[in-house]
Amino acid sequence: MTTIRIDSVSRWFGNVVAVNDVTMAIGPGVTGLLGPNGAGKSTLINMMAGFLSPSTGAVTLDGVRIWRNEQVYKQIGLVPEREAMYDFLTGREFVLANAELHGLGADAARKALATVEMEYAQNRRISTYSKGMRQRVKMASALVHEPDVLLLDEPFNGMDPRQRMHLMDLLRQMGAAGRTVLFSSHILEEVEQLAAHIEVIVAGRHAASGDFRKIRRLMTDRPHHYAVRSSDDRALASALIADPSTAGLELDRRDGILHIQAVDFARFTELLPRVARDHGIRLYEVSPSDESLESVFSYLVAA
Amino acid sequence: MLYHPTVARLTQRAILGRRRALILLLLPVLLIVIAIVVRVLVGADDEVTADLLGGFALATMVPLIGVIAGTGAIGPEIDDSSIVYLLAKPVPRPTIILTKLTVAVGVTAAFSALPTLVAGFILGGNGSRLAVAYALAAAVASVAYAAFFLMLGTISRHAVVFGLVYALVWEALLGSLVDGVKTLSIQQWALAVGEKIGQGGHVVSDVALPVATVLLVVVTAGATWFAAQRLRSLTLAGEE
Ligand SMILES: Nc1ncnc2c1ncn2[C@@H]1O[C@H](COP(=O)(O)OP(=O)(O)OP(=O)(O)O)[C@@H](O)[C@H]1O
Ligand SMILES: [Mg+2]
Repeated sequence: MTTIRIDSVSRWFGNVVAVNDVTMAIGPGVTGLLGPNGAGKSTLINMMAGFLSPSTGAVTLDGVRIWRNEQVYKQIGLVPEREAMYDFLTGREFVLANAELHGLGADAARKALATVEMEYAQNRRISTYSKGMRQRVKMASALVHEPDVLLLDEPFNGMDPRQRMHLMDLLRQMGAAGRTVLFSSHILEEVEQLAAHIEVIVAGRHAASGDFRKIRRLMTDRPHHYAVRSSDDRALASALIADPSTAGLELDRRDGILHIQAVDFARFTELLPRVARDHGIRLYEVSPSDESLESVFSYLVAA
Repeated sequence: MLYHPTVARLTQRAILGRRRALILLLLPVLLIVIAIVVRVLVGADDEVTADLLGGFALATMVPLIGVIAGTGAIGPEIDDSSIVYLLAKPVPRPTIILTKLTVAVGVTAAFSALPTLVAGFILGGNGSRLAVAYALAAAVASVAYAAFFLMLGTISRHAVVFGLVYALVWEALLGSLVDGVKTLSIQQWALAVGEKIGQGGHVVSDVALPVATVLLVVVTAGATWFAAQRLRSLTLAGEE
């Protein structure tokens, strides 16, 4: 049972705050680190993997500091985000080198290559590999010493659906066997499929934590924003403001757009057409203004 | 453990990658060709031998090969961050640096000290004493250059440029113009060692042997220590 603890950790690069006062514990089982691009996922994983020092706070593995402590790699396997490997080696040579650096031999390398189903291409140079093949060899190099903790930064990038399924199965098995598996992704569905536990990070901050049902609920219950064009924005606004499902209204006179923030999604979608009809207002356009993942996430941060 | 065979194998294959190996071969081949031509046209001549081995082999070839091998032993790996696979292992960082240094020294010496010796024998001259003197100086210089340029490789993405500036501008250009600069020149320190053997006034250093020895040890050990420190706190950041 191995746990990575992130304790009041911040990390900044010059003026950019990449990770902002995050506290979390990653325990046995599969955990998904979910967040949009630039959220700070890689920064967090690099700190957990001992490749970045926290600006403040502490990152520990079962109470032992990870930064500047190479002994932790007996327990940690890392699949980095970057593509670069020793491209001049064959897949087999690469995984064997990784095994040897752990004090292991050809057997461990063979086993790891079999686990990721890369035996068929093991004698080809890595420079000839597709993105998915690279990803799997990276995976083999991280598994070669059967680590207690596996950290994967965007492991499904570039994989085809079959490879993705295979890797998910593999990670599930490792999680079920009591290993601590953490992977990052910016795709909610991916994380939902695999992770028993999800940590959401947005703009460097720890936005939410829980199982996928809880995260889903947080996301659908969030306020929805609409941009509405109608024959009489002013009248529509005053008719809507009375209803509790309307949390905010803003009239943009110049562009003739009414911005509405609705808290109760179901109720509001029923309310809007009814109110318009009752007041004889014609709706020209109703568009959800921010359905992007970013905005869904930023709501979570504010919550 | 001061040496890890796997690290050595990876480093050696990285340095001797196809293109790099060709560049490494270029200067030694040139040196030997010139040596043959000189021997045929001029015959055995101490003066000419000393000019070629001192002016070309030691002053140009050794530092250039040192730059390629020294920075090449670690720079590209740090540049593309593939070094994480080496570093995410329970291998002490000094072991990694010492192994890489060993390989870099070996490659530098093989591609510079050895051809210097061969060229010296071809040129004939003073009982091949000059050949041994310059080859020894080249071997000594290989150690210090490799350590120094390896350290540069852990500091900057532009280590090759800085290495070339050091070798060509500092040592070669300023070293020949400004007296003080000669005291701070790996080439001169190595020459001081060669001078001991060379005898007969053809191998001359501007630095006394004891000073040179101390400086060689200090620079080699200091650079190696510093490189290991750099590696211990090597940072991987996300894409900016
Ligand atoms: N070396 C660096 N120098 C400056 N800023 C950096 C550096 N590394 C990361 N950042 C910034 O820190 C923030 C978090 O970056 P990080 O790479 O951790 O995000 P991420 O969640 O992994 O994003 P992605 O999904 O794109 O991989 C970003 O704003 C990024 O620009
Ligand atoms: Mg990232």
